[in-house]
Amino acid sequence: MIQIRGLTKIYNGVPVLNGIDLDIKKGERIAIIGPSGTGKSTLLRCLNFLETPEEGEYVLDGKSIDVRKANAAQIKEMRLRTAFVFQNYALFANKTARENIAEGLITVRGEAKETAFERADEILRDIGLADKTDAYPASLSGGQQQRVGIGRAMASNSELMLVDEPTSALDPEWVDEVLQLLTRVAQAHQTMLIVTHEMAFAKEIADRVLFMEGGRIVEQGPPEKIFTSPDDPRTRSFLRKVL
Amino acid sequence: MRALDLDYMLGLLPILLKYLPLTLGMASVSMILALILASLFAIIRVVRFPVLDAITRLFISFFRGTPLLVQLFLFYYGLPQLFSFLTAIDGVSAAIIGLTLHFSAYMAESIRAAILGVDRSQWEAAKSIGMSTGQMMRRIILPQAARVAAPTLINYFIDLIKSTSLAFTLGVTELMGAAQKEAAGSFLYFETFIVVAVIYWAVVESLAFVQTQIENRLSKAVSR
Repeated sequence: MIQIRGLTKIYNGVPVLNGIDLDIKKGERIAIIGPSGTGKSTLLRCLNFLETPEEGEYVLDGKSIDVRKANAAQIKEMRLRTAFVFQNYALFANKTARENIAEGLITVRGEAKETAFERADEILRDIGLADKTDAYPASLSGGQQQRVGIGRAMASNSELMLVDEPTSALDPEWVDEVLQLLTRVAQAHQTMLIVTHEMAFAKEIADRVLFMEGGRIVEQGPPEKIFTSPDDPRTRSFLRKVL
Repeated sequence: MRALDLDYMLGLLPILLKYLPLTLGMASVSMILALILASLFAIIRVVRFPVLDAITRLFISFFRGTPLLVQLFLFYYGLPQLFSFLTAIDGVSAAIIGLTLHFSAYMAESIRAAILGVDRSQWEAAKSIGMSTGQMMRRIILPQAARVAAPTLINYFIDLIKSTSLAFTLGVTELMGAAQKEAAGSFLYFETFIVVAVIYWAVVESLAFVQTQIENRLSKAVSR
């Protein structure tokens, strides 16, 4: 569905992504694990053009985008094809839960307000926040905010959901409800790329696990393989520390 | 010391109040134009449009760095000497131009600071769902910046209302100009200017009330 070729991102002369190649198939759920500062989040951010990569190519249904020369229309296309779930939720502070979910549908996808709100209400019911439609983010708990953040991504019907450490900013009491919702999203075969430190969750929902270090994909494979008998000593050493 | 002539003061009140609409009209028109201009300047500075940014900075520097009275004289007396088509400029228009440009320079900086104060995550979330810079500014960033900037902007409006009194130096008979004329006839300077001061004061106090209402409304999104 999306192929990434030679993706390179450099910060202040230091390469954070070092020529990443990755093929994402439709319906595939990929978990990215690895130590902090190895470019996991940067990879997601580059796919959504929140960062502009120095080099690389995205191939979408056979159409190629040279990331350095991407024009506004191509950037917008990538953003419409990918939906981002942020670590810190990043809900629009001046919008209610319903408006947060409907905003992109109305402003960017040109849907009528009524249909967008209907869709938003439907999603809020689905994620168990039907009583919070008119609540502003400041009045929601961290877990509720992140669920709305996931709801916003669901509403977009984007092919690829990019989920960046969805529970890292949460108090422990809210982690479960967010992971449960993401598990449901994953079970519906939403194509997704998830950066996470929750190994049990990664094991449960992922078709494929990538281990990244130093801006490279060191090793990848099905979770049974990566979590029980990884080939690379770096993967083994990392998993020993976190499991 | 003689006693205040209260009858004169009471009689003066309705006469001077007739000029209040002009004062408030000049202030409101200048405020609206200044807000539009200031938002534009602020966005130019935040987005750092190459050449426009430099021009805007120079503009802000000049209009903050020189007295309002000097600017008003420049527009009313100075410009018509350079451009003959401006000889017909009347005092009210010159005052509105001067007040607009002067206050837009100050307000641009408050709006810019308020925009930059909006959390980075709000910009990223807006971009990530595919919004254009214009959509992001209009729907997400400016509404949030407005909440932060509102108290300061209303303070500038208060300052602006009071600054319209300088228009009398351009021959405009607004509140201050009318008072000046009345006092020149009656020689009751103290009474006259006390009445003027009280009128300005009452206007500003009622605005302070509106200010509280606006701030309560704007803060609803962040209160629990």
